[in-house]
Amino acid sequence: MKYLLTLFADEDARAAFKPEQQAQSMQAWDAYTKDTVAAGVHLGGEGLQPSSTATTVRIEQSGDHFVSDGPFAETKEQLGGYYLLDCADLDDALAWAKRVPMPGGAVEVRPVMNYEGSEMHTNEAEAEARR
Amino acid sequence: MATLIRVLGDFDLAEEAVQEAFVVALERWPRDGIPSNPGGWIITTARNRAIDRLRRARTYEGKLRELAALEPPGEGGADMDPFPDDRLRLFFTCCHPALAPEARVALTLRTLGGLSTAEVGRAFLTGEGAMQQRLVRAKRKIRDARIPYVVPAEHDLPERLRSVLAALYLVFNEGYLATASDGLVRRELCDEALRLTRMLLELMPDEPEARALLALMLLHHSRREARTDAAGEMVLLADQDRSLWHAEEIEEGLGLARRALRFQPPGPYSLQAAIAAEHVSAATYEATAWPRIAELYRLLLEAEPSPVVALNRAVAVAMAEGPEAGLELMDGLLRAGDLEGYHLLHSARADLLGRLDRPDEAAAAYRRALELAVNPVERSFIERRLAGLGA
Repeated sequence: MKYLLTLFADEDARAAFKPEQQAQSMQAWDAYTKDTVAAGVHLGGEGLQPSSTATTVRIEQSGDHFVSDGPFAETKEQLGGYYLLDCADLDDALAWAKRVPMPGGAVEVRPVMNYEGSEMHTNEAEAEARR
Repeated sequence: MATLIRVLGDFDLAEEAVQEAFVVALERWPRDGIPSNPGGWIITTARNRAIDRLRRARTYEGKLRELAALEPPGEGGADMDPFPDDRLRLFFTCCHPALAPEARVALTLRTLGGLSTAEVGRAFLTGEGAMQQRLVRAKRKIRDARIPYVVPAEHDLPERLRSVLAALYLVFNEGYLATASDGLVRRELCDEALRLTRMLLELMPDEPEARALLALMLLHHSRREARTDAAGEMVLLADQDRSLWHAEEIEEGLGLARRALRFQPPGPYSLQAAIAAEHVSAATYEATAWPRIAELYRLLLEAEPSPVVALNRAVAVAMAEGPEAGLELMDGLLRAGDLEGYHLLHSARADLLGRLDRPDEAAAAYRRALELAVNPVERSFIERRLAGLGA
């Protein structure tokens, strides 16, 4: 099952990295990505540029659009990247999340919606059977 | 039941299948006679019902194969639960860290404890509807996020076991801290917590922390008759009639604690069991081995740094070294800020201030405690202490 791991960290702390810390961090990310690929779970993943580069589009009910500077939410920790992993179950995904080389940060682990799979059909069919 | 949950990955489907099987049993057994292995018959029937349901739902080829392959238990014994491993898996699944703590407790009581939703709701002072919602959401999370039905791997076991033990201890404490008025419901919670912890220990006999938790619960439970007086008022450990303590439970608890403490280094529940063992082994409150208890709390604080443990240590230090030493630690906690909203810190400080002949400050601390205390038995106790100061 696919899980999206979204990575949140304090950008100010990250920006304050000295060159050696930067290099170490890059190495750690590289190694992590390689491990996910080697394990056959890697479907995708990218680092994002800082939230200062973000633009948010609000889509109104009316169909109007509202474009503004900045990320979706102004929070202390900002979205900094993601991994899309194909894992057997939540424990597997959590194990990968714990290995993310981001001390002081947080990783949200969420299953990806499965439209064509059995889950949706099961819900409908079970509701049917109960009626 | 646990087996069906595992295979189907769906609590509700398993529960309905079992219920249907029982209905069929009620119809057939009076007519045809009770089968030689009633447990096995139920499981087989439930399995077949579940298969039918799944076929109608056109799902999961794999699940169907697995269900069909489920060997009906042998005709040998009247073994109602031939798959004990599944209960262990259920413990760990119900108490998965991905579920909210209240959900873990509710799910454990509902599925392993066999309490009805209404009973679980009553135990936690929640309406049945709200409790139902909580359970539904938890089951959905298990299914949708695919929380697996497994006993965790070795490297995950310590953390995951802590979660199970914490849930069980929470249930026990809910029952233990009962007021005299709703005593019956709450006493059942203690019994349920004990029963489930015994079950867990049977399934994991080599786990010292599980053994220690059972010891801890038994040692607390042994004092239940002495904790409130005839009027339902709270009686402190110092004033309890020790002849009312249950000797059998103490003996069992001490034995379990001793066994658990053979493992070094001792985990948090082992340390707490050791502390309870010291209390229960003393002839009087004054004769209690306070320096030993203070030392155990110091170790516990290292293993599980928490402000509440720090407060308990301060109380022990006050008994071992005198009220000034204890007060110093408590004032430190107050300054640190974590426990300002905790009524027991204020009532403990008040007690020490009273002993140091500082009644005005003691009164102020008791009043602060009253602002924060919720439990009516505790409130009544604090009020009496305040009145006793005459300040």
